[in-house]
Amino acid sequence: MGIESSEVMRIKEAAQRVRRRVIRMTYLAGSGHPGGSLSATEIITCLYLKVLRHNPEDPGWHDRDRFILSKGHACPALYAVLAECGYIQEEELWTLRKLGSRLQGHPELNTVPGIDAPAGSEGQGLGIGCGMALAARLEGSQRRVYVMLGDGECDAGNTWESALFAAHQKLDNLTAIIDRNRLQQDDECVRVLDTEPLAEKWRAFNWHVIEIDGHDISQILDAFENARSNKGRPTMIVARTIKGKGVSFMENNVSFHGKPPNQEEYERAMRELGGNG
Amino acid sequence: MELQRKFYSEALLSLGKEDPRVVVVGADTTGSLQINRFGKAYPSRLFNVGISEQNMICVAAGLALSGKIVYASTFASFGTALVYNQIRQSIAYPNLNVKIVCSHAGVTVGPDGATHQMIEDVGLMCGLPNMKVIVPADAPQTYLATRAIKDAPGPFYMRIGRGEFPTVTSMDLGFEIGKAQILREGKDITLIANGIMLSVCMEAAEKLKTENIDAEVINVHTVKPIDTAAIIQSARKTGGVITAEEHTVIHGLGSQVACILSEHYPVPMRRIGVMDRFGESGKPEELLRKFGLTAENVVSAVMDVIKRK
Repeated sequence: MGIESSEVMRIKEAAQRVRRRVIRMTYLAGSGHPGGSLSATEIITCLYLKVLRHNPEDPGWHDRDRFILSKGHACPALYAVLAECGYIQEEELWTLRKLGSRLQGHPELNTVPGIDAPAGSEGQGLGIGCGMALAARLEGSQRRVYVMLGDGECDAGNTWESALFAAHQKLDNLTAIIDRNRLQQDDECVRVLDTEPLAEKWRAFNWHVIEIDGHDISQILDAFENARSNKGRPTMIVARTIKGKGVSFMENNVSFHGKPPNQEEYERAMRELGGNG
Repeated sequence: MELQRKFYSEALLSLGKEDPRVVVVGADTTGSLQINRFGKAYPSRLFNVGISEQNMICVAAGLALSGKIVYASTFASFGTALVYNQIRQSIAYPNLNVKIVCSHAGVTVGPDGATHQMIEDVGLMCGLPNMKVIVPADAPQTYLATRAIKDAPGPFYMRIGRGEFPTVTSMDLGFEIGKAQILREGKDITLIANGIMLSVCMEAAEKLKTENIDAEVINVHTVKPIDTAAIIQSARKTGGVITAEEHTVIHGLGSQVACILSEHYPVPMRRIGVMDRFGESGKPEELLRKFGLTAENVVSAVMDVIKRK
């Protein structure tokens, strides 16, 4: 372990750029999901800048690692990271959700390079990840599969079907992350449908479970290292996060689940994030 | 009389040998579908997910996204309606190489009753962009269709029955996706059918012959993309059309034929099928009779249409 501090700084700075892009994208789109994008920012940035074996010059490389953003509504963060890696140009980000744009409101396959699976209706990404992990094992490939879920997504029965299956198949090349921001569309998760104790549930499903602070770069990178060395079981990283992280008035504010900032909020958010809009 | 399921699994065995990309997923019905035979021959390439059909479709998607050609199989009620959204978002939308092959479709499921008698699957699947839909007439056609869809890119839905179906096609007849087959030429009336109703229409055509009515019988095994040209051509020739399907008439073969003809070449027509109701327990032949899926009913529909010509 012991990630060099310069590496952590590099990722931290990239994550801050991703945050600014998320705010600008959703502001210009006039719709979208800033809250769950900001809670997932460090994790997705870590994946693409450090963890995944991938090549932006060759998005279809068969033996690349795969990443599925099962909580597809957080795609502004993913698109912003794809721009950070050079899969797409930064200018394209400002077309989010507009007619004719490749950047659909929820990820579409076969259009944007770097997107490994479609998502939108919650609960399907983990099963897709299981299929990808099976295929990798079948081929004797070392490629790994990463799936990010929302905590609200743990309401979905489909998620638990896949949880059983991944453990039954001993898919240790599969790592899932829960963006545990504790809020879902209607309200706090515990008020809508209480899934606590969440980590315990995954342990009971025979997963290797790691709990971390999902905004701490070192902890995130350590967790992915830990997952890589874990054998015989899939790994679940339960990442405690803050919905709307980095923008004071969006933090822990359920109303910014699916609402973009207005002009005044946009300018304020950009100031807080050290940008000039 | 032969089992479509048996010929499906035979075809899978041949495909498994020819193409290492072929994998199969099932959901605790691998014995019924006879896909366990594939698992015996290729143990690492059959995945049984248990009673988790939503996961089955997602796993199929993940395998296809990794370059596999995936056959996903269970009973029609669980493999379509239960997982419609998973098919929609994770298979059809990304246009993946997943072939969903479901048995136990239609009322000939028999004693299991309405919950298992899937009569809306063809319509559900036809409505999905990118999805292609095949209803093979019998066992040999099931074999040929199973093989044909392997190399046709994108998602397919193929529905087969539980019981033994009379054999009306043959291996020699061949099979081309989207190309209707005229099994019997005639000039007075067109009978369009697929699945088990093809054999019913062949029987009806024999009965009609004794009444000096010369019926043309067309096998529209591919409901999507449907062979529009063949349907219009026959309607032009005979001036009257009957459709017959073991499916609701609301959004199946009959309604599609009606749309095509009303747009291109309207002729008097009647649809034979399940009339907007659920099935019930009984023996397959009792149920076919109860729901009017019989040669006698086809004949009386023909008489009605001929009167209106």
